[in-house]
Amino acid sequence: MARRSKIVQGFAEAVADIPDGAVIAFGGFAGPGTPYNLTKALLAQGAKDLTCIANTTGGAHQPRMPDLGMLVENRQVRKVVCSFTAANRPTDVLPFTKYYEAGEVEAELVPQGTLAERLRAAGTGIPAFYTPAAVGTQLAEGRETRVINGREYLLEYAMPVDVALIRAWRADEAGNLQFRLAQRNFCPLMAMAARLTIVEVEEDFLPVGALDPDHIHTPGIFVHRMVKIPPAPEGLWTVRRVERAR
Amino acid sequence: MSGTVKKGWDRQQMADRIAREFEDGWIVNLGVGIPTLCSNTDIGDREVIYHAENGVIGYGPVLPVGQEDLHLVNAGGQNVSLRPGAAIVHHADSFGIIRAGRIDVTVMGAYEVSCRGDFANWKVAGAKGGSIGGAMDLAACAKRVFIILEHTQRNGAPRLVQDCALPVTARGVVKLVATNLGLFEPVGEGFRARELAPGVSFEAAQAATGCPLFPA
Repeated sequence: MARRSKIVQGFAEAVADIPDGAVIAFGGFAGPGTPYNLTKALLAQGAKDLTCIANTTGGAHQPRMPDLGMLVENRQVRKVVCSFTAANRPTDVLPFTKYYEAGEVEAELVPQGTLAERLRAAGTGIPAFYTPAAVGTQLAEGRETRVINGREYLLEYAMPVDVALIRAWRADEAGNLQFRLAQRNFCPLMAMAARLTIVEVEEDFLPVGALDPDHIHTPGIFVHRMVKIPPAPEGLWTVRRVERAR
Repeated sequence: MSGTVKKGWDRQQMADRIAREFEDGWIVNLGVGIPTLCSNTDIGDREVIYHAENGVIGYGPVLPVGQEDLHLVNAGGQNVSLRPGAAIVHHADSFGIIRAGRIDVTVMGAYEVSCRGDFANWKVAGAKGGSIGGAMDLAACAKRVFIILEHTQRNGAPRLVQDCALPVTARGVVKLVATNLGLFEPVGEGFRARELAPGVSFEAAQAATGCPLFPA
């Protein structure tokens, strides 16, 4: 049987059928692994009423790159699930905050390890789990806890997603992915948690068999569509983060 | 609680004092801000491994502009280097390391610390959103939680208090606190002043603290 190609020519085509109301996970942590190009295409595509899962609600500083904050500004988002719904520095104001405080977008604030594990659970057939994170805090109020071996744990549910948008370093035509260094972060978990995984890839696609099976981070069975990032300025690459004096 | 006390240790000196507590072989997680400065401290021939929430195990100093690898950041988004022997894992494994109790110490900033070892660092008064990041996982599971913060707020109000007024990150976990005034341990009824910064009297430290202070 012929292998159906997972390579899609453009970002617009790759996200064209994402429906209103979709639950979308966005890879990336402080830059590496962030699907800027797919997010830009989603902004143009215009799907609404989205639930967006990512580590943060988007950056506070210039130069801004396509992120959750922009999707919120574009009125495409119903709810975000993040480990940051405010900036790390209280003096920084996020574009997201105005919409959140006005009640125009909902937010679920989740400890970062719980966010990762809820995705991992969804991708590995585990419906729920207990974690010690957030026990005794406002986040645990009114929720189910259980004492196991003398310690209190909080019940957390798996978080399956409809679509994962992620970025990888290298891929073969079968969709086997490699991430480079800190690019990996949430990306492999989101790919496994999603029914549809779309990847923007930095390097030219490799022929099937070119990647060592022992060195694949995300197997192609979890990957459905891939787009090669074109050279700048058409393709969005990486922002050089500028160290700011505090 | 009169007036801000602006003497004692500066940011790097607070970080230095905390870093000198690190023991050989410890796995250390440094939070954003002042705790990051711990990695600048010379701790002699003791070797520690820096772990970042994004799965970077064994990172080294921040690299100057032009020498960075843009695929490599620590949890604060700084472009760091890797030390020989470094390893990369994904986010679930990185927090598996945390929850399984393999982090010997997590060093974090905070708005408040209570004498019972509670601390608050994810939500400011009046804000609807919060910035938890990995703080709740780390605080609940690391073997030790060390906090670095200014001893008082800008208006002079204490940050070392009887009870946190802000929503807590975790309860009863803080082992050691470095402020500009010295090194303090929560001991239940108050804080024990383990060490005072040069030029800081016990009376001045007590006056800036919102609960009883005990001598070393």
